[in-house]
Amino acid sequence: MARRVSVARTVAITVVAWIAGFIIFFPILWMVLTSFKTELEAFSMPPKFLLFKWTLENYAIVQERSDYIAHVWNSVAIAFGSVLVSMLIAIPAAWAMAFAPTERTRGTLLWMLSTKMMPSVGVLVPIYLIYRDFGLLDTRLGLIALLCLADLPIVIWMLYTYFKEIPIGILEASRMDGIGPLREVIFVLAPIALPGIASTILLNVILAWNEAFWTLNLTTSKAAPLTAFIASYSSPEGLFWAKLSAASTLAIAPILVLGWLSQRQLVRGLTFGAVK
Amino acid sequence: MSSIRLEGVRKAFGSTTVIHDVDLDIEDGTFVVFVGPSGCGKSTLLRLIAGLEDVSGGRIIIDGRDVAKLPAAKRGLSMVFQSYALYPHMTVRSNIGFGLKMAGRPRDEVKRKVDAVSTVLNLATYLDRKPGELSGGQRQRVAIGRAIVREPKAFLFDEPLSNLDAALRVQMRLEISRLQKSLDATTVYVTHDQVEAMTLADKIVVLNAGRVEQVGAPLELYTSPANLFVAGFIGSPRMNFVSGDLAAQLGAPTIGIRPEHIVVSREGDGWHGTVAAAEHLGSDTFLYIDVPQTSGITARAVGELGLKPGDHVRLAPDPGRTHRFDAQGRALRR
Repeated sequence: MARRVSVARTVAITVVAWIAGFIIFFPILWMVLTSFKTELEAFSMPPKFLLFKWTLENYAIVQERSDYIAHVWNSVAIAFGSVLVSMLIAIPAAWAMAFAPTERTRGTLLWMLSTKMMPSVGVLVPIYLIYRDFGLLDTRLGLIALLCLADLPIVIWMLYTYFKEIPIGILEASRMDGIGPLREVIFVLAPIALPGIASTILLNVILAWNEAFWTLNLTTSKAAPLTAFIASYSSPEGLFWAKLSAASTLAIAPILVLGWLSQRQLVRGLTFGAVK
Repeated sequence: MSSIRLEGVRKAFGSTTVIHDVDLDIEDGTFVVFVGPSGCGKSTLLRLIAGLEDVSGGRIIIDGRDVAKLPAAKRGLSMVFQSYALYPHMTVRSNIGFGLKMAGRPRDEVKRKVDAVSTVLNLATYLDRKPGELSGGQRQRVAIGRAIVREPKAFLFDEPLSNLDAALRVQMRLEISRLQKSLDATTVYVTHDQVEAMTLADKIVVLNAGRVEQVGAPLELYTSPANLFVAGFIGSPRMNFVSGDLAAQLGAPTIGIRPEHIVVSREGDGWHGTVAAAEHLGSDTFLYIDVPQTSGITARAVGELGLKPGDHVRLAPDPGRTHRFDAQGRALRR
């Protein structure tokens, strides 16, 4: 460390960081707390922080009223399915762009990214009509296909960035070893890029898990994932804060655990290339 | 092993041509070295033979078959890279055996061959290590092992020693030479180091700006360079070139004399000069001498010489070893 950092400074930075972290985390904490309150206490004024009657009744009611497991399964299928399919397309695409670029590669990459800037609602009607005509409404397959296509630009960009860090000489060495393109990707590129591939999968699973626009608009019941499960508590009989919170807590729990377990990988993935 | 033949090989990147119609014969079992200054196209030419770059024109014939359109993986050659390019996620054993394994050879055959190669290259005790745990010299040996284990049609080396320190470079140079002789392997070796070229090659190809300047045995290039470029490139310190009146006296627009072919004395015959600098290396002394009508002459004297800057000397070029060049820089034969 070239610069000497005083103790006071360290303490100040730590305190600020904790406060910032707490502010960011507070809504989630509040949601979890609310899920253990009765409906009455949930919107009592002044709000009660910890001193309330803890209850599990909201969870019981939520489970009784809607099939949580079915929604979880839909979410898992849609999130992982769409990411895995997009990886199958994106790995070869990123490989080609990183190691055999043409003069149009740069433009293609930017164009792909630009599609993410268009608001989804702009294509809702055409997509809805297409899905209706092809019988894809309220199907997991339909959502997997849609989220896969929506994810592709980000997935290709992330993989492209990771692949660019790998010396092309290693791939050339495998070609000189008599290895064709498919096995070059499977046995040489993929193992070396594994940390990057893993964080790409993780980040995009999280994005797909939380994706609400398309999942709410294109599903009703059969393929409805957890986003729809949460949404179902905000409309029918007015707002039930405690039950809504319980449903939301249940919905984010799996992805929260996944995110927690893979924290290190995720942070490395997100800052990859930023710091050498 | 195999012979390789280049016919009118050309490579252009966009509108820039970097290899101009190269014709070359590499006979079975010979050690050919491509040498030239950086940017002369020697690595590109090697990569064209390897199949890592596509030719823009011409034919690359290996054992009578044109492979110019085949991908690298199907040409049956192997290559040692300057950066070693080992597979970082595999052990030394897997690195060496990867090509064989992927070719679907039986496991015991792969093991036997990897063991044999690692014994030859003194790698037997490192087989379970990853490349990151090896020194530069060991990595280079693994890269060589990976190349020879497949028994390829020919070996391609792309400046394999330039990342090693000087002592290791000499040692590896000898090892490569010995290995090539014992395998009787057709080898194409790229280097910018003329000492490597002179010591390793059966045949040297001197390249300049994407063109072959001369092809020949090491001593042939030294004794009869075809032109000014080869004359200046081969030999260290480089050949002295003199033009004008001094050259005209010898009947040529330009003459060239190697530093070791000039006799320097305090008195006697020859050109007058003043010592500008003297480098005493013990076995040799390099003298940089100001001579009127020249841009300075370098002379090499054997042993320790009591000359110091400012001393007046006479320089006598060995007439039998003076090279004459025409106005286009081509050598004039005697």
